[in-house]
Amino acid sequence: MPHAVFMVIGALLAGAVFALAWPSPAGARRLSLGFVLLACIGALIFGLDALLTGMLWTWRSDELLRPIGGVALRVDPLAAFFVVIVAVTGIPASLYGFGYLQALDARPRGRAMHALLSGFVAGMYLVPLADNAATFLFAWELMAVSSYLLIVSAPDQEGAAAAGVWYAVMTHGGFLALLVAFVMLAQGGPLEFDAMRGTALALPSHVQAAVVVLTIAAFGSKAGLVPLHVWLPRAHPAAPSHVSALMSAAMVKLGVYGAIRVLIDFMPPLPPAWGGAVLVLGVVTALTGVLYSVAEAHLKRVLAYSTIENVGLVFVALGFALLMRGYGYGALAAMGLIVALLHTLNHAVFKTLLFLAAGAIVHGTHESSLEALGGLIKRMPHTAILCLVGVLSLAAVPPLNGFTSEWLTFQLLIAGARFTAPTLAIMLPLALAAVALVAGLAAVSAVRLFGIAFLALPRSTNASEAREAPATMRWAMAIPAAMCVVLGLVPTTALTRLTAVTSDLGLPMGQLDVGFALELPLVGSRLSPAGIALLVAATAIAAAVASRVGRRWRTRVDSAWNCGRIAQSPRAEYTAAAFAEPLKRVFTGFYRPTQEVTVDVHPVSPYFVRAMTLRADFAPWIEQAMYGPLIRAAHRLSSHTGRLHTGSIHWYLALLPVALVLLLLVARWVQ
Amino acid sequence: MRLFTKIFRTGIVTEPLADEPQGSAIVLAREIDERARALFGRALAIRQVDAGSCNGCELEIAGLAGPVYDMERFGLHFVASPRHADMLLVTGPVTRNMAVPLRKTYDATPDPKLVVAVGDCARTCGVFAGSYAVAGPVESIVPVDAHIDGCPPEPSDILRGILTALGRVERTGEGR
Amino acid sequence: MIAAVVLSAGELILLVTLAPAVVGYVRWLKARLQGRRGADIFQPYRELRKTFAKGMVIADTASWIFHVVPWVVAGSTVAAAALVPVVSANHPTDLLGDLFALMALLILGTIFLSLGGLDPGTAFGGMGSSREMTVAALTEPTLAIAVLALALTAGSTSLGVIAGTVLANPSYAIGPGHALALAAFLIAMLAETGRLPIDNPATHLELTMIHEAMILEYSGPYLALVEWAAALKLTLLLALAANLFIPWGIATTSTPGALAIGLLALLVKLSLLATLLAVLETRVAKLRLFRVPELLAMSFTLALLAAASSFFTR
Repeated sequence: MPHAVFMVIGALLAGAVFALAWPSPAGARRLSLGFVLLACIGALIFGLDALLTGMLWTWRSDELLRPIGGVALRVDPLAAFFVVIVAVTGIPASLYGFGYLQALDARPRGRAMHALLSGFVAGMYLVPLADNAATFLFAWELMAVSSYLLIVSAPDQEGAAAAGVWYAVMTHGGFLALLVAFVMLAQGGPLEFDAMRGTALALPSHVQAAVVVLTIAAFGSKAGLVPLHVWLPRAHPAAPSHVSALMSAAMVKLGVYGAIRVLIDFMPPLPPAWGGAVLVLGVVTALTGVLYSVAEAHLKRVLAYSTIENVGLVFVALGFALLMRGYGYGALAAMGLIVALLHTLNHAVFKTLLFLAAGAIVHGTHESSLEALGGLIKRMPHTAILCLVGVLSLAAVPPLNGFTSEWLTFQLLIAGARFTAPTLAIMLPLALAAVALVAGLAAVSAVRLFGIAFLALPRSTNASEAREAPATMRWAMAIPAAMCVVLGLVPTTALTRLTAVTSDLGLPMGQLDVGFALELPLVGSRLSPAGIALLVAATAIAAAVASRVGRRWRTRVDSAWNCGRIAQSPRAEYTAAAFAEPLKRVFTGFYRPTQEVTVDVHPVSPYFVRAMTLRADFAPWIEQAMYGPLIRAAHRLSSHTGRLHTGSIHWYLALLPVALVLLLLVARWVQ
Repeated sequence: MRLFTKIFRTGIVTEPLADEPQGSAIVLAREIDERARALFGRALAIRQVDAGSCNGCELEIAGLAGPVYDMERFGLHFVASPRHADMLLVTGPVTRNMAVPLRKTYDATPDPKLVVAVGDCARTCGVFAGSYAVAGPVESIVPVDAHIDGCPPEPSDILRGILTALGRVERTGEGR
Repeated sequence: MIAAVVLSAGELILLVTLAPAVVGYVRWLKARLQGRRGADIFQPYRELRKTFAKGMVIADTASWIFHVVPWVVAGSTVAAAALVPVVSANHPTDLLGDLFALMALLILGTIFLSLGGLDPGTAFGGMGSSREMTVAALTEPTLAIAVLALALTAGSTSLGVIAGTVLANPSYAIGPGHALALAAFLIAMLAETGRLPIDNPATHLELTMIHEAMILEYSGPYLALVEWAAALKLTLLLALAANLFIPWGIATTSTPGALAIGLLALLVKLSLLATLLAVLETRVAKLRLFRVPELLAMSFTLALLAAASSFFTR
């Protein structure tokens, strides 16, 4: 079975080769995506098998990547779990590509995109499997570079280049932080993960603090923790939708993986303050993400912000695990980790679905702003019902999978508040309140997303002429939709496997389930999503039968009631901006909305108004405050450096020896 | 606290419905379906439509919901949408601008439904008859089940008219 | 076990059939407080019977979502009601879900109602949906913390256990944590069920509506279902407040005598809470929409104090 890893990588390599070399572009697309799909199916089987059997397997080669230390791979339950997450996202994403990328056959960049997709997916499989710093960083960079190229692959997309720059800067900043963290962890020893597990135990406290900060910064920048999230809402909309799904559902999660690997696997129990800091960071991230997601009008940016929100929730649970591990409450820490992992999986599933649905909308209407959509439920019925499943998962309502993780997060925080030190007496209830608010706002965002895009009347001609997505795209969406339902109804299938992951990390956890129901030993609460679903369905059907029996309903179709208006027009409908308006007013301090009203009056009298326009926007002040100075400084620096570039060849030749001498001096000083 | 003292001192001020009409005629324009009568007997949702009235009738209608006339004791109440309504209470001569909205309101009301025209204007266009802005009496736009005359009719007469349309006044005498 | 399931089904049927009467009682009492005679408390039943028998008018712009909404709203609200301990604290549905599940079921209903409001594409429907979702989102934290305050003392979020713990330790019920949590819960309940001062259930002015604006398009049996579900939501939250915070009288055994006492206690508690509601609704005016968050923030603070105080009293 271990050789499945090489078969997966080999299939991806074949995918890349066929993408570039196959004579016909359509064949190249089908073959390449077919190989990616095969690789993902293989990886899913391999990952599930490794999780079920608790297999531990290592492999290394000093020949490959020799200059930086050789390749080392290791499979443990944690790595296998993240392989499963990538596979679960990769299967629908690659299947989706068959139909979605058809239009690219005529373009030369199509081949490059298919090849890059293979590289991207390969990088994502290698990250969790890496067992030394060299392999990890190589895979990390493979993933980063190929996703960067995929983001900038659509040059006609507005803002793609700028998004690429943001992404490249953030991800390479993260790379540097990671490199430094690994070097510090190794303490001069070999950069093998096994060695680091040893050295991490004996780190001086200031080095430990530095490593923790660097790790959180590095993986946080990938996962989209506030304030390192800025690239995410820019990059996700710029990329093609199947890539957005992979980035949002899988790549971002590898940040979570890295954090768990370093902070829990390598490190001994950290002082509780670190756990508290991560928890607060998670809460801030979740709140920021959800507030922006409620107010945003761009379809994919709404989803990108919602990814930030969900990563925040994962980090709340992860921070809780770190906190409890610091206090020495093993069972609570294990529970926190399980919740973090379960939510990672649940989010991966429903966010794949939603990004693919967003892609189907853009594919069918060529519109990406909510304000231009509407009424799609009639033109795209299948996409609508699949998207509804994703939206309800996002809103965390029973019986879908989002609800299970929310419920567990609530129980987690209550259990923590019950069993731990009184110092947490205010912090955990506040975190609970914040999570509840996030859940509520996520429901607003979900209703807004579905209600504005799919219901009511089309707000543009493009939306009224929408086309349903091709069959492969719909099937690709049906896979995660089915998983949302299954994971929602029987979460125990996933939970029991997760206990294997935590026990492997030294945090054993008792039995969590009784048949189909969840039972938490620490809080004495039970949840049976399948039972609840059955109850809702049974009562709805009973009500239907009871009220239909013996009488026939007389139904008549008439125009919608608009207070007697002659004609109904989409201009009277609530817009996405209007839907979010009450919240914008409630959270004025956060949004800092700006409004600009221009009135065009008739020259004869100011009382005859010809046209009025209202521009409402909100200021991304957090971003401006944090990154404004940095960007200005970079501009200044580059304009200074620019002065050196006079264009004279003599000047450049003169600079060469100067640079050489300086470098020699530096080298001497270092030695 | 002062509010509740006052409530306690004032007590119930609802007046019983008088036996005789106070001066307006109530005319049933057509036979009302017995099934509808049985259905609406003790629960009726009313949508009021001002089709161009001088608002005299509205003033009187506003009295219906107040404590003195208290239409709720008969199971009547106003609703915000014709979709919820069983009866349209139409006032005024129908102006040209309101003709289509009135028709649309009628169409928007689920069956079975009643239409009661309130005031002289609703029946004959009153002093507005012949105006270029008037499309005609209510009857010319939607089928009317009962007319309540008066300019304006008193609240008790409106109440009596509605109850007559429902067939409740003869049957229950005093109304309750 | 069978007996327990039958009992709990009976409790559910009781709650569902009682719901219109609770609304009728509140309306009757409000009428009396306004100096009117008002309709008797059975009026909502007549209205429901009439509305069920009427025809329906469906907007031509509506999609299948519009037809699904009433069933989901009714189904989720009844399912939520099934989780509430009504006359007996031994509740087999505790095995299905807890307070958070109940809250999530209510949110499910709210979400679908909002979708139903948006579906026909009318201006008021969208307005109502937006407001309803906003208020629901802002109520969530208060409810969550009130649940936390209860769970901290009871050691569980399951409804039967909370009621049982308070019964066993009457001192909890007069503690500051419990009282503050009750106050917070009641305010949140007003927001959840669209009562004054957050939303006026008797308004006819579209611009001030929240709940009503969403259902302006519904007629006939669909309207009846939605109205019944709204009444049930109010009743189940009142029953919840009664049995979690003041559980005395609730049956702990399944003997007929205990159940009869439980039923009587429930009726007394429900009518007390409904009276309180009617008196409150007579006393206060509706708040401006943008002042509602201030009220909710107040109830949130109460809930937070409740949670914090339970640390000091344990």
